[in-house]
Amino acid sequence: MDVKLVNPFINATINVLETMAFMTVDAGKPYLKKDDVAIGDVSGILGLTGVANGTIAVTFEEKCILAIVSNMFGETMTELNSEITDAVGELTNMISGQARRELGEMGRVLKAAIPSVVTGRGHSIIHFTNGPKIAIPFETNNGKFTIEVCFER
Amino acid sequence: MDTSIKILIVDDFATMRRILKNILKQLGFKNLVEADDGTTAWDVLEGQGIDLIISDWNMPKMTGLELLKKVRASDTYKSTPFLMVTAEAQKQNVIEAVQAGVSNYVVKPFTAEAISDKLDKILK
Repeated sequence: MDVKLVNPFINATINVLETMAFMTVDAGKPYLKKDDVAIGDVSGILGLTGVANGTIAVTFEEKCILAIVSNMFGETMTELNSEITDAVGELTNMISGQARRELGEMGRVLKAAIPSVVTGRGHSIIHFTNGPKIAIPFETNNGKFTIEVCFER
Repeated sequence: MDTSIKILIVDDFATMRRILKNILKQLGFKNLVEADDGTTAWDVLEGQGIDLIISDWNMPKMTGLELLKKVRASDTYKSTPFLMVTAEAQKQNVIEAVQAGVSNYVVKPFTAEAISDKLDKILK
């Protein structure tokens, strides 16, 4: 998989969280994920088509997404509910949009589907293609989240 | 800015409607109505007078671009300010929106200042 397809998603994740949730996030070292088990408690998943077909997923620990959405709304969120899942969908959408913008400027145009959101500890993230699953862990002051990028070989 | 105007916020994500409502309230706007897609937005527009439309692009049933075209084709709303707030910001998208008569364009993610600046421009 072309690594140039991955970096825009890292940049977009940092920018979206900083702009919409006023949070500083630190990206860790990317690694190859071998299984389909989500690292977080709630995940947004979105299909991409165009110069390459693939999927991105953003999976949050409960504590982390509660802090993020609390900042976005300006009020304290205390449980994973429909407001949180809606926010995860929109965050996934924004990360995809910003990354696709950067990729578009490189001549790599991708279109996005509408994101779906899955919740529950140990849920599965099924990517649409059989390419390598690149996971990038992120740390915040309020827990961790991970993005997964998977494009066809 | 006249903060007594009635603003319609259109987005299929409740999260984004809530964020926009919070920003608009901070700016002093109180007369806010919502719709979760273009079709529902059109029903709202037919039912009550709206002074400004803030709409997402990617929505089920009727997209923001389709809504914009319908608004511009209507006698009642052909001159109503229309702000597109969207993750779609590739050059072709912007051209399409401008050709359809959008008043201005905000790219997600955005700051409260970005929304305020755009409103200043289209409402002055």
